[in-house]
Amino acid sequence: MAYLLIFISAIFVNNIVLSQFLGICPFLGVSKKISTALGMGVAVAFVLVISVIATYTLQHYVLIPLHVEFLQTICFILVIAGLVQMIEIVIKKISPVLYQALGIFLPLITTNCCVLGVSLLVANGTYQAQGAELNLLTGVVYAFATAIGFALALVIFAGIRERLQSVDIPKNMRGMAIALITAGLLAMAFMGFNGVDAGIAALIK
Amino acid sequence: MNKYIKIFTDGVINNNPTFVLLLGMCPTLATTTSALNGLGMGLATMFVLIFSNVFISLLKNLIPDGVRIPCYIVLIATFVTVLQMLMQAYVPALYETLGLFIPLIVVNCIILGRAEAFAAKNNPFASFMDGLGTGLGFTLALTLLGFIRELLGKGSVLGHVILPGQTNILVFVLAPGAFITLGLLIAVVNSVRNK
Repeated sequence: MAYLLIFISAIFVNNIVLSQFLGICPFLGVSKKISTALGMGVAVAFVLVISVIATYTLQHYVLIPLHVEFLQTICFILVIAGLVQMIEIVIKKISPVLYQALGIFLPLITTNCCVLGVSLLVANGTYQAQGAELNLLTGVVYAFATAIGFALALVIFAGIRERLQSVDIPKNMRGMAIALITAGLLAMAFMGFNGVDAGIAALIK
Repeated sequence: MNKYIKIFTDGVINNNPTFVLLLGMCPTLATTTSALNGLGMGLATMFVLIFSNVFISLLKNLIPDGVRIPCYIVLIATFVTVLQMLMQAYVPALYETLGLFIPLIVVNCIILGRAEAFAAKNNPFASFMDGLGTGLGFTLALTLLGFIRELLGKGSVLGHVILPGQTNILVFVLAPGAFITLGLLIAVVNSVRNK
């Protein structure tokens, strides 16, 4: 049941983009069309889950036993950068169709702060686990739920921006200004979910 | 000398990373709940930016072209680790508040962007001035954003309460306020630039 709560919390209540402010760059950059937003969302979900598994293993079986936790930031970014390259090569080899859909997004993901951010949160055990035990499985569930939250926010935002194109916006508000204000209104809508996770937790107890 | 002053002012005003280049949005939105937090985040980023710019400029002839991006990332991550240790030792309270966003300086696009666009092509002193200017531009933008959000949301300036509680608009210190305040500030900057 805790896993269900992790999902609800990560997707709606503590949405990675709209309330945690991670992954803003792709959120603002790759959100002009719904189809590309969806592609980016799937690519992030893929990379996020794999890099959380890799970085969690690295942290708990290499860095902590060797007492070199201070190397965390350097090691994690290198592992993520390497993983993204590897995933790109593997996908290119086994599924050209998938590569065509995700290929252009993969290099962008290395510098997507939500991948490094979620990896750090899971490895340090500082994420909202909703009472579940802090282990690799919970971490992966959290990472996957986060990625769905990211994709959801991205697709909704892309939908709104498609509509915005046919609106007459004051000259100085065009581009990023109106996009940020739209994102603010979307974040306000997501604030309506505040407390839903606590309510469900009380309900199923 | 004039050349170096121009590099510096370009970073602060003409190529302001937040309002003109629109880079490094995650820490800009996340850490500006008060002017002091914005200032702290800005200075932390400036520290890494100056060191990475200078060292990349010094090492530009030694780094092979094909693997330059991984090399830059390792250099940047090294300075971020140094910064983390310094902050843990001297300003532990600020380190706790900024939390995750200190290690995330590694993936801040301003730093890799300046490394690739400026430090890799210019001498160490010019790169230092560029780091100083861009870092200062970022710091000023974050402090301004934090100042406005703190004043409207908590009615205080640098932690001192100056407005009565009933005029506080709480949403400005919450997530939506960050987006809306930055959006409006960019619109103001656009209207000044378009004149």
